[in-house]
Amino acid sequence: MAIRQCAIYGKGGIGKSTTTQNLVAALAEAQQKVMIVGCDPKADSTRLILHAKAQNTIMQLASEAGSVEDLELSDVLKAGYGGIRCVESGGPEPGVGCAGRGVITAINFLEEEGAYEEDLDFVFYDVLGDVVCGGFAMPIRENKAQEIYIVVSGEMMAMYAANNIAKGIVKYANSGKVRLAGLICNSRNTDREADLIEALAERLGTQMIHFVPRHNVVQRAEIRRMTVIEYDPTSPQADEYRQLASKIVNNKKMVIPTPLTMDELEALLMEFGILDEEDTSIIGRTAAEEKTIPIVQAVA
Amino acid sequence: MLTRDEAEKLIQEVLAAYPPEAAEDRAKHLAVLDGETLEGGCGITANRKSLPGVMTIRGCAYAGSKGVVWGPIKDMIHISHGPVGCGQYSRAGRRNYYVGTTGINAFGTMNFTSDFQEKDIVFGGDKKLAKLLEEANALFPLNKGISVQSECPVGLIGDDIEAVAKKKSADLNKPIVPVRCEGFRGVSQSLGHHIANDTIRDYILDRPKADDGIQAGPYDVAIIGDYNIGGDAWSSRILLEEMGLQVVAQWSGDGTLAELERTPKVRLNLVHCYRSMNYISRHMETKYGIPWLEYNFFGPSRIADSLRRIAARFDDRIKAGAEAVIAKYQPMADAITNRFRPRLEGKRVMLYVGGLRPRHVIGAYEDLGMEVVGTGYEFGHNDDYDRTQVDLKNTTLIYDDASGYELERFVERVRPDLIGSGIKEKYVFQKMGIPFRQMHSWDYSGPYHGYDGYAIFARDMDMTINNPCWKMMTPPWRQPNAA
Repeated sequence: MAIRQCAIYGKGGIGKSTTTQNLVAALAEAQQKVMIVGCDPKADSTRLILHAKAQNTIMQLASEAGSVEDLELSDVLKAGYGGIRCVESGGPEPGVGCAGRGVITAINFLEEEGAYEEDLDFVFYDVLGDVVCGGFAMPIRENKAQEIYIVVSGEMMAMYAANNIAKGIVKYANSGKVRLAGLICNSRNTDREADLIEALAERLGTQMIHFVPRHNVVQRAEIRRMTVIEYDPTSPQADEYRQLASKIVNNKKMVIPTPLTMDELEALLMEFGILDEEDTSIIGRTAAEEKTIPIVQAVA
Repeated sequence: MLTRDEAEKLIQEVLAAYPPEAAEDRAKHLAVLDGETLEGGCGITANRKSLPGVMTIRGCAYAGSKGVVWGPIKDMIHISHGPVGCGQYSRAGRRNYYVGTTGINAFGTMNFTSDFQEKDIVFGGDKKLAKLLEEANALFPLNKGISVQSECPVGLIGDDIEAVAKKKSADLNKPIVPVRCEGFRGVSQSLGHHIANDTIRDYILDRPKADDGIQAGPYDVAIIGDYNIGGDAWSSRILLEEMGLQVVAQWSGDGTLAELERTPKVRLNLVHCYRSMNYISRHMETKYGIPWLEYNFFGPSRIADSLRRIAARFDDRIKAGAEAVIAKYQPMADAITNRFRPRLEGKRVMLYVGGLRPRHVIGAYEDLGMEVVGTGYEFGHNDDYDRTQVDLKNTTLIYDDASGYELERFVERVRPDLIGSGIKEKYVFQKMGIPFRQMHSWDYSGPYHGYDGYAIFARDMDMTINNPCWKMMTPPWRQPNAA
């Protein structure tokens, strides 16, 4: 069977790396052969699998050796829990250089070195939260990831980000095979969260593939640099990740998303009470003005 | 010779080949002038982005800074900061002559580059730049300063070359000049000239330095905007010195850091290439009160006129000096004119060059009895075209940032006796059977400035136009049938 290449996107801090690693651990537990490609200069996409904070990244080693041509796949590919293969693109400190180019270089290196020709069932790309330039769109371009999962929660900014990522997918979907495969709701315990994400998924033309409830065992496992699957395999939370893994294995719903306009998205958020009706009478009024000049009816 | 109506019709014919939007844009860059100075400028649109697909011959901001303005400063090292190609393919390619010994007091024949690799893009090039500055300075300790000429990626990844330059300038105790001349900036090399001028202002003229103790003299002048192509600045400065002026700086042909530093003390800045160095001339006028004067050292008429206008800014001694210089050289110039003018009289020239030349060389051709029937600037601004009007006598085609197509169609119709342009145009027009001179590099000849330059200019035009090879070319369709 062909390798399924999946990329995980979502707003920064939403829990992409944690969700990805727990998901991948569950897949490995179910005898799937998986590789994680971390596409984030912070290089923290694989630490729960490897029990190590940062491994030798492709760009770091390439920098030390002179160029990527001087590297071997074995230098950068490390096996962790359940035989999961882990690789990190790496990149610069914040504020210098071009991290996007690092992702491009790293993925090209993996392709040229035949990392994808091995006996693999899944490749997961864990991509830095904000797709700020073309480099971070690398995994969704032609011949890279074909399934995109967006991690989202019931918070307004997370949903904005999800919708923007869907727009990015449309751009590449029309010229390639990349498709939106579903939203993963990583719960923040907001009101009517599952309903809201279901509604968003429907509007995007996709599905909420799984609702991952919030549980502090995730935190406990993380401080031990472990996934829940490994740390406490009997916990209910581990089963949640197993369910997510099983749904992804069987997922057939790949779509070209139908992103919402800003107005539509805001209307949806208002419907669920996340966003208040906009009060246009206050736009452009300073605090001082509000004190001295009473609100005039005519403003509206 | 085209009439005004014919010329305007020709422009319309050429524009008809373009799609409507392109035609509308290009129409603003083409005009017919016939010597009358129009109120409010000549109506040409210039210094705009080139249209994709027109095969523009323009360069980039890096070319304008590294290649034109900074490159000729011979006792400084000029680093091409970025991938290797920009520096390697522009290395020592310009004919800006200099006196010096490579590695000791001249560094222009070498390519100093940070040779960016993937890792420098990803992790940033600042550390590498710092190391390069140290290494270059250690290898060539006699350099007087270093400029950092930014290539495109430096701007894209946001490197802080100013911070590196500031630190290293303090460490090495010499000027390190960060130049933000990334090639994607602006519409042509012209912005690179401006950026380079500004960095000379900020990092050389404004740099606190010990008083060199040299007293400014009453006759100190600087040559601004002469790049010494084929020795142009040398054949210019001897005239100024013979008339009694002291040339303390050449910007930047055969120039040095000390000359740049000394310029704010001169009495008058003499500007040859206005396009590339008007910025620093205006700055020195504002800040130091130094007036500037445009002059033209092509051909004896303009030389004599320029010498007198320069002398008018000084006392009677200099005025007498100018007359003496003219009196001394005019017989030589007359002899040249007498020799070549009969062979060149009435010949028609089309020009397409950069900087100052599309207007400045007109007088030299006229001295030889020739006529410029078309001229244009690669990267001129409106003020260049305004300055050109006064030099035109008859109906002249004007083309700004001309496309390959436009030039070919114009030449086909006008059939000039000579075309003066660059290497990219040369072979196209020679194959059309039209004599051609490169007017950027002087076709590996020169100098063309000054009286000495006029002798070479006249000889070169004659040997090109009257070369017997043009009579020996018989195209296949004119060959007598062999059968």
